[in-house]
This record gives sequence, structure tokens and C-alpha cells, in this order.
Amino acid sequence: MADTTTETRVPPSGPDLAAIWETGPGLKGWFSTVDHKEIGKRYLVTALVFLFIGGIEALVMRAQLAQPNQTLLSPAEYNQLFTMHGVTMIFLYALPMLSGFSNYLWPLLLGSRDMAFPRLNAFSYWVYLASGIFIYSTFLIGQAPNVGWFNYVPLAGKEYDPGVNIDVYALGLIFLGISTTVGAINFIVSLMRTRAPGMSINRMPILVWGTLTASVANLFAVPALSAACLLLWLDRQFGMHFFDPLGGGQPLLWQHLFWIFGHPWVYALVLPAMGIVSDGLPTFCRRPLVGYTAVALATVATMVVGFGVWVHHMFATGMPGLALSFFGAASMIIAIPSAVSVFAWLGTIWTGRPVFKTPFLYFSGFILLFVIGGVSGFMTAAVPLDWQLTDTYFVVAHLHYVLLGINVFPVIGGLYYWFPKITGRMANERLGAWSFWISFIGFNVAFMPMHLSGLRGMPRRIYTYPDHMGWDVSNLLTSLGSAILAIGLLLTLYNFWISRRRGGLAGPNPWDAATLEWSVPSPPPAYNFARIPIVASRHPLWEVRLKSVKSQSNLNSEIVLDDGRETPATSTLDAEADAVLRMPGDSLWPALLTAALAGIFFGLLFHLWWLSGVAAIFSIGFLAAWLAPVAPPDRAEEPLVG
Amino acid sequence: MTGWPLSYLQSAGPAASPVARLAWGLGSVSVAVVLIVGVGLIAAIWRRRPSADDPMSLVPGASSASGIGWIYVGLAISVPVLAICTIWTLAVLGKVMHPASAPHLRLQVTAHQWWWEVRYPTSNSQQTFTTANEIHIPAGEPVEIVLNSADVIHSFWVPKLGGKMDVIPGITNRTWIEASDPGRFRGQCAEFCGAQHAHMAFYVVAQPRAEFDAWVADQLAFPAKGASPSQVVASGERVFSARCAACHTVSGTPAGGIVGPNLGHFASRSTLAAGSIPNDADHLRKWIADPQAIKPGVRMPAVPLTTADRDAVVAYLESLT
Repeated sequence: MADTTTETRVPPSGPDLAAIWETGPGLKGWFSTVDHKEIGKRYLVTALVFLFIGGIEALVMRAQLAQPNQTLLSPAEYNQLFTMHGVTMIFLYALPMLSGFSNYLWPLLLGSRDMAFPRLNAFSYWVYLASGIFIYSTFLIGQAPNVGWFNYVPLAGKEYDPGVNIDVYALGLIFLGISTTVGAINFIVSLMRTRAPGMSINRMPILVWGTLTASVANLFAVPALSAACLLLWLDRQFGMHFFDPLGGGQPLLWQHLFWIFGHPWVYALVLPAMGIVSDGLPTFCRRPLVGYTAVALATVATMVVGFGVWVHHMFATGMPGLALSFFGAASMIIAIPSAVSVFAWLGTIWTGRPVFKTPFLYFSGFILLFVIGGVSGFMTAAVPLDWQLTDTYFVVAHLHYVLLGINVFPVIGGLYYWFPKITGRMANERLGAWSFWISFIGFNVAFMPMHLSGLRGMPRRIYTYPDHMGWDVSNLLTSLGSAILAIGLLLTLYNFWISRRRGGLAGPNPWDAATLEWSVPSPPPAYNFARIPIVASRHPLWEVRLKSVKSQSNLNSEIVLDDGRETPATSTLDAEADAVLRMPGDSLWPALLTAALAGIFFGLLFHLWWLSGVAAIFSIGFLAAWLAPVAPPDRAEEPLVG
Repeated sequence: MTGWPLSYLQSAGPAASPVARLAWGLGSVSVAVVLIVGVGLIAAIWRRRPSADDPMSLVPGASSASGIGWIYVGLAISVPVLAICTIWTLAVLGKVMHPASAPHLRLQVTAHQWWWEVRYPTSNSQQTFTTANEIHIPAGEPVEIVLNSADVIHSFWVPKLGGKMDVIPGITNRTWIEASDPGRFRGQCAEFCGAQHAHMAFYVVAQPRAEFDAWVADQLAFPAKGASPSQVVASGERVFSARCAACHTVSGTPAGGIVGPNLGHFASRSTLAAGSIPNDADHLRKWIADPQAIKPGVRMPAVPLTTADRDAVVAYLESLT
């Protein structure tokens, strides 16, 4: 690696900071930590577990669909599997995985010591975990959600689905929504208040832009889903008629509420992942990202337009031509910001000097998958063509190129990229390259022929299909490819498993990257930065060599802040330091509150009203204890000196 | 292509053909974009570069602004292409929203879990008749399809004749199909609708006008009673009335159940159980014996019948031409 000592910061000062910030030992420490890095790792590991559960579900379905007329699965089993596969991947893997990256990285990227609300951060994780377990709680008794991840009524109504299948879906997503919402608030406030001095918004990494955009979107989108789920649950439990046409309700209301949530959510699943690439790729091209401002604006623009395209999931519901034209055109326009990002990445590689490490393979492979998923999305945006494509395997192929291509590939690349930072050791490069090629080939063998299945009219969500439809070969390829993809992903997992102990020591900055997280030791100390950096450019660790900035970042500033848990507060746009924030320490309340909330939801699910009541009382008690002022803070917020 | 009954890349009528052309057009643009970016990506990665002493050294003079031309050029190419494609799409939308001339024939199609009920008005009288899972239309004429659901959301789809239209309870949707030439076209429910969504197919049979009119006349002619049916058919009708008529109607007979499909002129249909199996005596016997084995979850129960009774019912149903 290049010699970076001149730009690497001086190692941590005294033991004071460690004593202040480190989590206590034992089980209590484990349950009470608010260290964003610990929480981030838990998010990552939990999301990986869900990725593999969802993957196993997919493999079982692919065994059933490998050939026509198979009877490995009954329709009832298949319908639960495809629903849980979707719910798992979309809700329990894709966003939480990105939250994991952001939780781990944000304070490190932003030059602070923790998220704005560390306890809320812990709470967000615990609720995610609890809601994941909740959603899976009825899987083992064969009563998992079973009408698809978008759960259309009236099929999801009591009349057609009398078991707890849909109740667990509705309540589980409301429960998970709590996690998403508090997490989003935490990201937004962290961004507005806790960036290092000098990190004005035009100096933030693109991952931060991506997560910020996704978080703002989630604040507007998630309530629509929570409301829809609540109405559905009321319909099912108390015979209300929000969605029941016989009682004057409207089935299409569910679809509007769901997709007003659903489409922005889909962008929330990809924008932070695109940010991972925008930040990681330049490291391996040995130059800054081409068109930083354009890419940052494209990120925000995608989401703004993304709130106006939900109807493209409903083109076949019988809408008037004017509405169809509007939403169709909006769905086409959204390709423009995507094009900006693609050409920025291409330009970065072309004008850069590629270094063929595993993350680079994943990031550059992602670009191709992004474009394939993009153009198939462009085809489905064409209203009359969508009337043919929708609800066929063409859409399934499209959404897998989008969600695997734009989420999983950057995520795996990102894991390889930050693995040395997180564990302090290098992942095995040879295994990494193998994992990439196997995953990449397996993915395309699986999902490229799926377009063909769709173009030949194979409807999605069928548990079996007749022969002589022209679907046999493409389905067999899809099943084979999915097995190959699974091997590639397992290889990555194996790589991480062995490398975390046996990999070579990474040092602070093994890739010679440009951003702040690489200025601290690997793994970073509990307090992240011994001295709060003062940032003068987007590339604090490169700026001297790039000779592109007038003033230099100061990674060895005088800002120590070791008088308790403290981090500087800065202004929103220009990041001018204006206060010192006193941060809360470890706490058991978030975990306890989550346990009580889980009690409420389980009580509602199984009609144990007494349990819900008792748990609600506990929840209020835990919340009060959490929010109760401890000791009068000696210096809550005071002007930052020095 | 005949081997791909649900492919819409080959179309057979004016509601589908402009869309098929659009599919080929946008598909070609898409493939071209992927190839161009793919080649660009490979070239960007492996193009020859001046060798550097230190492979990890930064590209000299690089900044966010250097290389920005890539974005300008990329947008300059992609925005006009996107605009043209959008305009073409809207033009196609206008073309297939409504048929060129107002349809003379309007069919009421009601989707059920998991079969299709089709109700025909006839042009010269107030007479109507009902059939299931097989829609006959005159070739060369637009036909309006009025869609209602008896239970959950389904989606009406005959790929070679037109796009999907959802069938939503509480809402009456309309679509239209037209077959330019006589032929047999497979249709399929396209919105997930429960356990047997996979087996909710149907057929559209397009016939020359005269043949279609004859078919309509046939359907309106209820099986003549007392026209000396064979003994086994007569006993089959008795068994049917006792054991099957609670759910099924046979037009022109006392059997008047409305839960399952109307079985009038049953033997004139080509498939059983919404396109699941061929309609012949053998398959019918297996179907009646154990519908759940063929279509697990189907609403039709296995009615316990003696072998003789079952054979009689089969003979009766197959006599309903």
C-alpha cells in the first residue's frame, strides 16, 4: 500500500476517551450498548441472516419451478414461500442492510463520535430484530403471510384468508415501521447536527446523500404503509369495511396506499447502495468521483420524482388515459438522474486508473446490472407495453436486477470494502475474486433467461406451470443460475468467516482511500476520533496529493472533547461548529421497551388482550424511565471553544 | 412461435399489434443501451493507460470536474432517445385505448376463484346465455369485454389479443379484444388470486362471422328434452340433478346452482377446470372423482359417487353438445 503516514492521523491520545466511550462488559453491556459501530454490525449480521433465509426460500421455489408440473410444494406452501421471500428480502434484508452500513459508517464518515440519538439508534435495531422474529413467528406453524409482499385485498381479507397469516403481516410491518421511522429521524438529525466542523453539505460522501434521501422519503412513505396495515387489521379483526366493496370500501385504496409507500421505498433500497458505489469506486480508480454535484443532485431528484410514479404498479387497474400518460411519463423521466450516475461512474473508471481488488469487481459489475435493471424498468414504464409485461416474469426479472443488482452487489462490494475497517483484517482477495465471478455469472444465468420467461407470457406467482408453453428451458436455467449465485454468496460468507481472524492486518487505510473513516485505526476505537477532525474538502486524506484545495483539513485538531461523552454540533449547511453535544451513555431501556412492544404486538396477534394491556403499561413505564432526566447535565450545550 | 401460446411478441389483433411493435422497439433500444454501456465499461476498465511507477498513485490533476464531459455526452444521447420513446409510447397508448370502431358485441366476463364466467347477450333478442372458460368471438371485429369479479382481484389477459385489465370487486372495468383472423388464443388470470391462480386459464376462439353466429345459435338451443336420450345419459341426468345441481346450472334443465360454472353445452368446450386438463371422458372421470388431486384448493369438492353413477354423470355431461 502507498505510504499514507503523512496523512494518517496521530493515534488516540489517552485512555480517558476509551474509558468514557467503551461499552461495559458482559450481558448487560451487550444489551445496553449504544455504540453506533456495534449497532451497525448487528444490523449487518442480522440482515445477512435474513438474506440467507430469503435465499433458501428462493432456492426451494426454484426447485419446484425447475421443470413443469412438479409437485414438490403444495400451492399453500408455495404461496407462503414466495410471500415470505419477498417480505424478507424487501423489508428485513434490503433496507436494514443499508441501515447497517449507515449506522456503522455515518459518524466515521462525518467525523463525529456517535449518531445524534444513540439510544434511539439502539432502539431502532432492537425493534428491527423483534419485528423480524415477529414476522417469522407463524412461519413454523405453517401460517406465514401468503398473498404476496404487496398483499392485495380482498384476497388478504378475513373472508379469503381467515388464519393469522395476514395479521402477522399487518402487525409485523407496523412494528417494523417504528424501527424504520426512528432510524430515519436519527439519520436526518445526525446529518443536520453532528457533522465535523467544515464538512459542509457539498463535502459529504454520496452514501450520506443516499441515506439522507432515503430517510426523508421513509418519513413520508412509511406512514402510508402503517396506516394501510392498521386499516387492514381493523377490517380483519373488527369487521370494518375500509377495503371491502360490499361495505362500501374500496380495494384500490389498499393499492394506492401500498404503492405510495412502495415505490419511494424501492428507491430507498437502492439510493444508499448507489452511494456505496459512488464512494467506493473512486478509491479503486485513484481519483475523485466524476461529477460529485451532479450525482448528489441526481440522488435527490430520483427520490423527488420517485414520489410521483407509484401508479406505474397499477397501470392495469382501469385508469383514465390522462392519469396513465402522466405516471408513464414520470416513470420514464426518472431514468435521467439514473443516467447521470451511470455516466459519472463510467467516466470515473475511464479517466481513472483501476485497481483490481474485490470491491472494484463488485462495483463495476454492478454498473452493468444497474443498466440492465434500468432499461427493463424503462420498458415497463411504457403504459401499453406494461399492460403486457406487468405481473409476468419480466417484472420479476426486472425487480431482481434492481434489487440484487443495485442492492446486493454494492452491498457485498461494500462489505469487502469496509471489512478491513470493521474487523481490522483484510478479506482474502483470491476468494473474493472467485466469489464475484461465481455470483455475477450465477446471477445472470438465473435472471437473464427470466426476461424470456416473461416475454413468453409466464405469469408471476404461479406454483407450477404446464409444459409446451416455451418456459421449460428458461426456468431450468433460472434454477441452475440461482444455485450458482448461492454458491458465490456462500463463498463470500466463508471468506468473511475465515478472514475475520486469519486475514492480514489492515492498518488504518489499506486501500489508501480518501475519506475520514480511513483516518482512524481499524477497527475504530469506541470514540471514533481522538481529536475531532476539521474538514476542508471532500477528500481529507487525498487533498495534499490532489493539490486541489486551498486550505487543508486538520485531522489533528485541538478539539478533544474528553469531558464525558461529547461530540461537536455544527450548523446544517456549512457545518460551522456551534456547540458541544453531551451524548447519552449505554442504556437498557431501548431493549426493554422493545421487549414490551413485542408483548403488545404478540398480544394483538393472538388476541391475548391482557398481554397487550400489561405490555402497554410496561412500555409506558420503560419509556418514562428512558426519558426521565438523569442528573442535571453540567454542560448540556455550550459554545464550542477552541 | 406457435409453441408459445402466451407470448405477446407475436400478436394477432389490433389491440396487441402496436404494443408488440413497441415491445420490439423499446426492447431493441434497451439491448442497444446495455451493449453500449457494457462495451464502454469494458473499454473504460481495460483501456491502455500510461504506466505509473506506483499503481496506487492518484491520477494527477483529477477532480470532480475532470471527466464531467461523460455526463454531458451521456445525457445528450439518452435524453432525446428517452423523449422519442415516450412520445412513441403515448402514441401507441392512444391507438390501443379504444377500438377504431365501436364494438357491436359486448360480453360480460365475471372472474371467480378460479374460473371465468362468460355471459353473452345476443343481437337479435333479449336472450342471453352463459358459458365458462371459453370465449367465442367473431374474427375481424372488436369485442368489448365488461369485467366484474365475484370475489377477489383477478386480471383478464389474452396476450396475443391485448394487454391486461384487472378485474376488481366493486368496480366494473372494460377492455376490448379483436382477432384479425380466426384462431384459438390462450388467456390467463394475471393477478395473484389465491391457491389456484396458476390454473386459471381460458381460451378465446375466434371464428368467421357465420361460424360464430352458428355457434351462438347452438348455444341458445338448449338440449332438447325427451329426444330419446340413452338410458345411461338419462340416469346421469338424474344423478346430476341430485348431486351436482346445487352448484351447477345446465341451461334448459332444472339444474340451477350458481356456485360453479354453467355446464350448458359442456361437451362443446375443449378444456376442463379452467384450462387445466383436456375435456374428454377420461379426464372428466378423474376430475369428478377427485378434483383436489388435479387442482388442490379448488372450490369443487370430491362428491362421493358410485362408479356407475360417476360414469353416468360423465356420459350425461359429454352428451351436452
